Amino acid sequence: MNKVNPLIVSDQLARRQWLSRLFKHFCTGVTFLAVAILGVLIFQVSVAGFGWLDWQFLTSFPSRFPEKAGIYSALVGTLWLVTLTASLAIPIGVLAAIYLEEYAPKNRFTAFIEVNIANLAGVPSIVYGILGLAVFVRFMGLERSVLAGAMTMSLLVMPVIIIAAKEAIRAVPSSLRQAAFAVGATRWQVVRHHVLPSAIPGILTGVILALSRAIGETAPLIMIGALTYVAFVPEGPLDEFTALPIQIFNWTARPQETFHELAAGGIIVLLAILLLMNATAVYIRYRGSKR
Amino acid sequence: MTAAVGSRPVKGSTSSLSPAQTRFGEGLLEKLFFFCALLSVLTTVSVIGILAFETYNFFQKVPMLDFLTGTRWTPLLEPKHYGILPLISGTVLIVLGAALVALPVGVASAVYLSEYASERTRNIIKPVLEILAGIPTVVYGFFALTFVTPLLSTIFPSISVFNAASGSIVVGIMVLPMVASLCDDALRSVPDALRQGAYSLGATSFEVSTRIVIPAGLSGIFASFVLAISRAIGETMAVTLAAGATPNLTMNPLESIQTMTAYIVQVSLGDTPSGTITYETLFAVAAVLFASTFVLNLGGTWIMRRYQEVYE
Amino acid sequence: MTEYNSILKADALTIAYAGAPAVRAVTLPIYEKKITAIIGPSGCGKSTLLRSFNRMNDFVADVSHEGQIRYRDQDLYAPEVDPVEVRLRIGMVFQKANPFPKSIFRNVAWGPEINGMDGDINLRVETALRQAALWDEVSSRLDDSALNLSGGQQQRLCIARALAMEPEVILMDEPCSALDPVSTAHIEDLLFELKEKFTIVIVTHNMQQAARVSDFTAFMEMGHLVEYGETDQVFTRPTETRTEEYVTGRFG
Repeated sequence: MNKVNPLIVSDQLARRQWLSRLFKHFCTGVTFLAVAILGVLIFQVSVAGFGWLDWQFLTSFPSRFPEKAGIYSALVGTLWLVTLTASLAIPIGVLAAIYLEEYAPKNRFTAFIEVNIANLAGVPSIVYGILGLAVFVRFMGLERSVLAGAMTMSLLVMPVIIIAAKEAIRAVPSSLRQAAFAVGATRWQVVRHHVLPSAIPGILTGVILALSRAIGETAPLIMIGALTYVAFVPEGPLDEFTALPIQIFNWTARPQETFHELAAGGIIVLLAILLLMNATAVYIRYRGSKR
Repeated sequence: MTAAVGSRPVKGSTSSLSPAQTRFGEGLLEKLFFFCALLSVLTTVSVIGILAFETYNFFQKVPMLDFLTGTRWTPLLEPKHYGILPLISGTVLIVLGAALVALPVGVASAVYLSEYASERTRNIIKPVLEILAGIPTVVYGFFALTFVTPLLSTIFPSISVFNAASGSIVVGIMVLPMVASLCDDALRSVPDALRQGAYSLGATSFEVSTRIVIPAGLSGIFASFVLAISRAIGETMAVTLAAGATPNLTMNPLESIQTMTAYIVQVSLGDTPSGTITYETLFAVAAVLFASTFVLNLGGTWIMRRYQEVYE
Repeated sequence: MTEYNSILKADALTIAYAGAPAVRAVTLPIYEKKITAIIGPSGCGKSTLLRSFNRMNDFVADVSHEGQIRYRDQDLYAPEVDPVEVRLRIGMVFQKANPFPKSIFRNVAWGPEINGMDGDINLRVETALRQAALWDEVSSRLDDSALNLSGGQQQRLCIARALAMEPEVILMDEPCSALDPVSTAHIEDLLFELKEKFTIVIVTHNMQQAARVSDFTAFMEMGHLVEYGETDQVFTRPTETRTEEYVTGRFG
């Protein structure tokens, strides 16, 4: 160290600082590269599919002739699927979360259930498809119905709903519960009138995010036999069906360029739906946190 | 513990029920809720049970050793072979490629977000990465087939239309937000006092990040890798569309391969009556898939839980 | 006081966080190989002032300053000055011991190694640990994790870590506030030995400690330097009323 002119920058230090700056630029660049990839993806899909978006596209059935093809059956199928899935998964999932947070004793069995749920959240979606195939389609004889699809999807999204609902319920301050107990309420009354209303924004957000995941899932539906070429809409839960991601898959898998463009159109619609759902979830979370 | 006296009247028609009836109702409700929670255990048990049952049937017809060590997988063609190694190598190839993309980029992004980015930038970039994570896999399959593969073919003209490289790049992009987010959590939980101490000894930000912060957050980073690999193994649609349907025991990413998940999809698209050996291959392959992701998930969460204790 | 050499000097220094001043127009010479204590009530700006001496304030967002800090007559904040160079000369010990989750040896050796300091690293580590009065307690277990040491030992390890860099000045930000009285006494004894080779600036809200240990004392309040002088004088014959009120415990 140079004590005469104590703050002269040595060569070695200059090199270290150069390396430090390089590293910072590298990390920054890599991060923005990841963001850019998203931009490229959306741009490419939009360019390919935008030309096909029109009312006819949304209201026609798929066809061998690309000009006549549309996603109507897929949209209706997805709508059926989401509605049925929601009506199955939400009640069961929320009630399970209520049990785990409000009623369950803190013992090893409860811990076992919670570990189970965490693990189920990480199981590949195709395994749920296998489960659905064996249990709902074959064993229960529901065949390729939209009900079988919805039951399979419910199992898929339930861990996500349970985890989100648990968190929302846990976030309710215990002082609220204690105040209600102190005036003589039963546990269910406390939950129904005090805990749940407070936790609803969090639960709703979790539910919407879980359902948006369900909308995009393809593999489990293929496994239970959702058809890839469907020129009708389901009229009851036991009817056969198709869904938007399956239609996209079907078109993408074909070699012709025009079908790829159709697929891109379907993707734009799918992404738009997801965007809407996620924006709703964010809005609800924002509104909920303002209270 | 103070009670908010008289602030909220208790709603509910308890006045029309006797205390015993209310308690009975409560007990019933609790049992109902309990069964809802039990459903998750039932699901796991069913999955394991069904996989085990059908895999057992399968091993009655095909010896387990042949299955686990055989190098040819041709269950749908004559002559039939049931060696799963090509499917495993296909999956491994995809996972390796995805890891090559997602792990370095994920860690570097996490370093950027936790060490260099301003609060405002962070609040924009993190949600954007979440969006990347939320895009359905079939969209990534489309992207791989229609953008990545043509791009790769300009660099490697010999590449086949369906190839492992394209699939693995896209799976890497899919898994990247998970790695970045978990690593970001890991790095942020390193106490700032450590950084301050290191800086006060005359370290540059590169030295602090790479020699103090990252080593301190290493188990969280490692856990994120394990969980990301588990996700990549289970990935289905992108590889089905882009990587091919040819079981191929190779380490060349330019070739067409088939992953375990893609095989399952391929069979499902056709007609498979119950009880046939083809039907049972679905379960045998799914069993391998399930076992590997299950073990990795357990391992990853165990590492995360263990590392959280280290700092207190 | 002019017979002492001022090694470090704050000159009309004002430091502000997001526009709100924390240190106001402070002129404070730090004398070589003496212990200078900075005392004052919470929030008076003493830690901010301390951290500006080794440019640790650089890490705070939205911080601005006017005036100068000079080290051996060189402006520390001049644009051509690398903060790393500053910290090689001016070391720091923090309020709560913050050893790295590495071995005892690696904690002390880390700074010299990344800065490419030459010489035998083992000798350097031993010297630093001896100077910090920790060698006898750890010489047989240098490869043990530093986190296994007691609080007082960890703080002495952090002192050794700073000493291994052979700085000229050591800044200490309330180094004993998280320690028990016995460990505190150990460290205070240590300071008497250290001041033969190092200049020490210690921020403390423990007035008795300042009175016991330091040669000079600076009293700050709300960012202003109210009084500065030899410790004896500041505590027994303070010139400012506010100083007298503080040291006799009438407030703060």
